[in-house]
Formats: sequence, C-alpha cells, structure tokens
Amino acid sequence: MRMTGAQAVVESLKKESVEIIFGYPGGAVLTLYDALYESEYPHILTRHEQGAIHAADGYARATGKPGVVMATSGPGATNLVTGIATAYMDSIPLVIITGQVAVSLIGRDSFQEADIRGITTPITKHNYLVKKVDELPKVLKEAFHIATTGRPGPVVVDIAKDVFAAEIDFYYPEKVELRGYHPLYEGDEGVLERLAVEMEKARKPLLFVGGGVNLSDTAPEVRALVELTGFPLITSLMGLGAVSDDHPLNFGLVGMHGTYAANMATTECDLLIGIGVRFDDRVTGLLEQFAPKAKVVHFDIDAAEINKNVRTDIRVLGHLKWSLSKLVDISRDKFDCEAMQEQMRPWLGQLNEWRSENPLSYEARAGQVMPQAVIEIVDELTQGDAVIVTDVGQNQMWAAQFYHFKNPRSWLTSGGLGTMGYGLPAGLGAQVGCPNKKVVVITGDGGLMMNCQELDTVAKFNLPVKIMVLNNQVLGMVAQWQRMFYGGRYAHTNMEGRTDLVKLAEAMGVPGMRVTQPDEVRRTLQEALAMPGPVLVDFRIPSDEDVMPMVPGGARLDQMVMGGK
Amino acid sequence: MKHTLAVLVENRPGVLTHISGLISRRAFNIESIAAGYTEEADTTRITVVVEADEIELEQVVNQLSKLVDVIKITDLTGMDAIHRELALIKVKASVETRSDIVDIVDIFRAKIVDVNRETMVIELTGEETKIDALCEVLHDYGIIEIVRTGKIALSRGPIPAKEL
Ligand SMILES: Cc1ncc(C[n+]2csc(CCOP(=O)(O)OP(=O)(O)O)c2C)c(N)n1
Repeated sequence: MRMTGAQAVVESLKKESVEIIFGYPGGAVLTLYDALYESEYPHILTRHEQGAIHAADGYARATGKPGVVMATSGPGATNLVTGIATAYMDSIPLVIITGQVAVSLIGRDSFQEADIRGITTPITKHNYLVKKVDELPKVLKEAFHIATTGRPGPVVVDIAKDVFAAEIDFYYPEKVELRGYHPLYEGDEGVLERLAVEMEKARKPLLFVGGGVNLSDTAPEVRALVELTGFPLITSLMGLGAVSDDHPLNFGLVGMHGTYAANMATTECDLLIGIGVRFDDRVTGLLEQFAPKAKVVHFDIDAAEINKNVRTDIRVLGHLKWSLSKLVDISRDKFDCEAMQEQMRPWLGQLNEWRSENPLSYEARAGQVMPQAVIEIVDELTQGDAVIVTDVGQNQMWAAQFYHFKNPRSWLTSGGLGTMGYGLPAGLGAQVGCPNKKVVVITGDGGLMMNCQELDTVAKFNLPVKIMVLNNQVLGMVAQWQRMFYGGRYAHTNMEGRTDLVKLAEAMGVPGMRVTQPDEVRRTLQEALAMPGPVLVDFRIPSDEDVMPMVPGGARLDQMVMGGK
Repeated sequence: MKHTLAVLVENRPGVLTHISGLISRRAFNIESIAAGYTEEADTTRITVVVEADEIELEQVVNQLSKLVDVIKITDLTGMDAIHRELALIKVKASVETRSDIVDIVDIFRAKIVDVNRETMVIELTGEETKIDALCEVLHDYGIIEIVRTGKIALSRGPIPAKEL
C-alpha cells in the first residue's frame, strides 16, 4: 500500500500490536504526530520526555511487552537519555522513535540537531538512523525483534524528518534476518548434567535469583526447583517477587542492604547457583571475598555476563525457560528428592538460626511516623498483591525490605542505574499497562520532585496510582552515608521541605493527604487505597532514620552493620 | 598475552565507533585496530590486537559478539596465519647518508617510494617486529614521521575466518 513514512511507522506499530505510545511531540516529528492524529493511535502525552520514557519502562516491566516512546529531535531526544540508560542497565525492552533533522541538514549543527545515535550507542542494545524511507519497515521490525529477544534492552530508531513525509509502498517483513544477531535459546545439556552432580554433592547449596527470572517469566520454574530440591534461595534487588517472600526457603535480599541470613548464607554456602543475575557490586561487596567457599554456577542468556565480575565454575548459557525447565526435569527424574531435602536440614537449621537471630527490624520512635511501618501497612492492606514502584534511595530499600512480594513483575525499581525520578512516571506507565491492578508508588521527597510534573499526567488520564511519599525532607540515602562515613557533615542534602507536597499534588489535580502521626497511618492508607482515582500521601517521617542492615562500600558481606532492634 | 582477532562486521556507519567505544569504556588493552572492506560488499573486516589474559579475552570476545552488527569473531592467535603490517617512514637523507639508507632498505626488503633532497619515504610490509627493527635502525638517521596501519592477519589454508 502506498503511504507516507509517518503512516508506515503507524502501520508498523499496529503490526507489532503496540497498544500505546508514550511521547512528546516537536518539530521533527510533526508529520509522525499527524499520522497518529489521523489514526487516533493511543498516546500518553507526558509532561517531560523523561517522564515518557520512564513510563514506557514501567509499562514494559509490569506487562512484559515492549514499551514504545516517541520524541522529537535534539532536546526531545536528549531528554530521553537517562531513561534509556535506566532501561539498558535493567534489560528492559523499549523501542524509542526519535525524529532527526532532515537528511540534508544532518551533520551541520542544524536547529535541534543532536547525534542521538552517537549519544545512545553505549546505552542501547542497538540503534539506527533512518535516512531512507524504504528501510523504515525493516528497521522497525528489527528494532522490536532485538528489543524483545535474547537479553532484552532498549533500541533507538532515529528517523530523519523528511523520511516521515516521503512515500513508500508499505510492506512489513515477516521475518528478521540479521547476520550478527542470533540470540541463544538452547544451551549445552551436558553442563546441566554436570551441575546435577554438584547439586547432589552440595551440603550448603544456595539459589541466587535475579532479575533475569522476572524478565523471562520463569518464576514457576524456579519455584518448582525449590520445591523439588528443598534448596534455600536468596534474591537480588531485581529478583524480588520471583518467589514469594513468605516462602519458608526464601531468605530474602542479598547485598548492601540485604538480610543477615542472605549475606551469611552467601558467605558460607558451598554451591551458589546464580540465575539471571549480574553479580553487581551492590550484591557482592568485596569481590575477592564473595562466596569464598562456594563453587559458583551462573545461568544467563548473555555470555558476556559470565566471568564479568565473579569467576564462574559452571556456566549455563541459554534462555532460562530452556535451562530451568531442563534442570527441573533432571531434578524430578534423577534426584532422590526426599533424601536431598533430608540432607538439607543442618544447613536450613543454620539459615533459620541466622534469620531469627537478626531478622529485618526497626525501632519505632514515639510519636513518629516510621517509614518501615508505612510499608508494612501498605503490604498488609494490599496483601502483597500490589505493583510496587519505587524511586531510588532509602524509600526504595525500605520497600524492598518490608514489602512481602508475592508475584513476578510486581516490583518495579531502577536497580542498575539507580535513577531518581523513576518512581512516579514508571508507576504511571505500569498503571496504563495494568489498569486493574493496584499500583503503589513509594518515593522520597527528593525523587518525587525530580519528575513531579507527571502528577499532571496522572490526573489528566485519571490513573489511579497511589503515591506514597516517605518525606524525610532530606536526600535521605546520601544523608545516611554522610551520617555514617562523613561525620555527619550534611553537604547539601537538606531539602528544607519548603514545598507543600499536598498543595503541589492538588495544584495538578491529584488529591493530597498528609500524615504526621503514627496512629493516622493505617486509616489514611485505607482511605487512599480505596479511592477510585490517584492520590498522593505525604508521610512526614524522621529525617535521620537509617536503612539497616548495611554492608559498607568495599566490605565483605559478613561484615555488615546490623542496626535495627 | 597478545591476541589477534578477526572481527567481521556489517559495513554500516557507526560500527567502528561502536566497537572502539566499547573497547575503551570497558578498558580493554587494545594495541591496534585495522579495518577495511572485504570480498563481500556489505562486510567490513576489523583486525584487533588485544593484550589480555584468558578471562579478559573472553570478555572482549563476548562483549564484542553482543553487538548486533558484529557477525563473527575469530581468534587467529594460535592458528597458522599470516600477520602483516604496513609502515611508511619518512627519514632524513642527506647526500652522505643516502647510500647507507639504501643498503638498509635492501636488507629489510623494504621499498623507497619517495626521494627528495633532504628526505626519503620508505615503505615496509612485514610483521610488527620487523617494522620495529627497521624503525630502530633508521632512528640514527633522523626519523621525521611514521605511519603504521596496524596489524592485519589471514589464516593459511582454504577456510575463511567466517567459517573458522
Ligand atoms: C538522578 C539521580 N541523582 C542523584 C542520585 C544520588 N542519590 C541516590 S539516593 C539520593 C537521595 C534520594 O533522596 P530522596 O528522593 O528524598 O529519597 P530518600 O533516600 O530520602 O528516601 C540521591 C541524591 C541518584 N541516585 N539519581
């Protein structure tokens, strides 16, 4: 069919079953937006391009479908950069369509020209600059394929302005042919046999579940493995939700703000089975002393993850759907599961001892709203069933520690990049993708302010996002480090809290509430969660509460500082 | 240890920047990169010489392989292969020194490709060490400038790198 490049983009998006676009228009994408207008394509206009890309990211994490973003050239595109890097670090599938100046103007420092391909090269899985209309359908087909297969990630498609207006005989390719891209699905079965031998020998095995499990929707396989083997598990920040926090074999979060049991288990285990993890420095602490007694097994789809940080003894490459199902089969067929679980007893006894010695805890302060209590009550009222979207900082860590996750894709957080300003827009996007779920944003006052303009978007689309601000009036996580490691010299972390967040929300059309007394927390949360539309609750919490336990930067995991009760 | 990698990539704008950017960000020790067209119009071949231990080499190869535009990487290091580099060396050559230099050029089987009253330009193809040796000898005469292509390499026998 004969059509313009802009219409071809729209047709391609339809072919990819894209439900919604998050975007922001401008000069270079006028023709594209005109085609959206004509086709009445669903589009969420955010108040900032960064809001659009975090929203698309939240949508993708919550639904498992790729998020689609549109922005104009130059400043529109550069405003996306933080969001692209955020998605890249956490392997989130996004297709980002940016306008570029007209072909004849490229490379001449033209008005609103930025080399977004160059800028995003190190933070995208792949990127394109389209200068010929004929390439457009093929490039978009490839972009969706690359973003969503193998290890997912963001793909940028930068399209010159005149390409949108040029005419094309539209044909959407069925297949992708890329000589340099063949994502691995099946790996080497022999490796799994070898692993099985190690699993039978192990006396102190530990499963270490990461974000890859959530991304590949293989939580059921992991759960089956846990049931069959009776192996205990711990999770990375990104792995939360894969196995219920209430499962007796789940010993929780490992790493800098991990549980005592998880960190001690990592230090003492003799077989550490990492599944879809990156062994990030926030997890390992002092790398040389990480899991010092263990054989390390690493399941991943990305060969470049193997031996990147931690030396691996057994690598299991391939899609987790393939490798985990195989391992579950092997466990079922070959293991004497009863004997194995029996064998696990002393180790589980030790783990449970660690857990009861030092559970996650905090000391309530008289007359003060405790952030941990807020999370606990949110957990109780939503029964662990909400989609929790956080910002970055203390709020994020308290949410990770005190919410009891039950489901995959119910925990959305910027783990790798640690992007403040992520929470509110990502929550917005998650709510768009999951209209029937309770989406609760947990944010700090600092992070809220970084993208507070999106309150307006939330109100405009009447998205029933529940925004919980743990308002300590400081940049809490940084202030905590200053308190612990810089002698309490609070260099520029005091926000002074002059802004009335309730009024701010209301000014943008989101009802606001404030909680200053501990006995108001439950009632207010009940009310907020029951409201049909969006709401922001400003919880005034102490400004000097620490996230504990904590492994100081560069220390060993077992050198954690406890705190709490 | 030094490794010589043959990296076949899509002949697309931005590929070289992508590869060199990745290499520098991940702080791999690259000694040289040489790129050029191949027998296939849409394929570029890049020869990368990297100083790395086993683990580092694995990272270089795996990280580069991840790029969508990288088609194939072959490590030619342990293989029976031909390794060559081309150098152009501009050296001071007076009436008194000229014949000495010509002798040296002969010994190295190099070529004189330009001569004028004060200088000569010498062209030499060979293994890196041979070029180093010539540069060393010419040093005493006064080298004005050197340009080297970086190493390229090709396996012996009928099988091309893309099938190795
Ligand atoms: C974009 C960005 N800038 C700076 C930081 C560094 N940083 C990490 S946590 C933090 C404090 C966050 O303060 P707030 O949003 O109030 O949350 P709290 O820690 O108090 O819960 C800062 C500044 C960051 N992670 N992201």
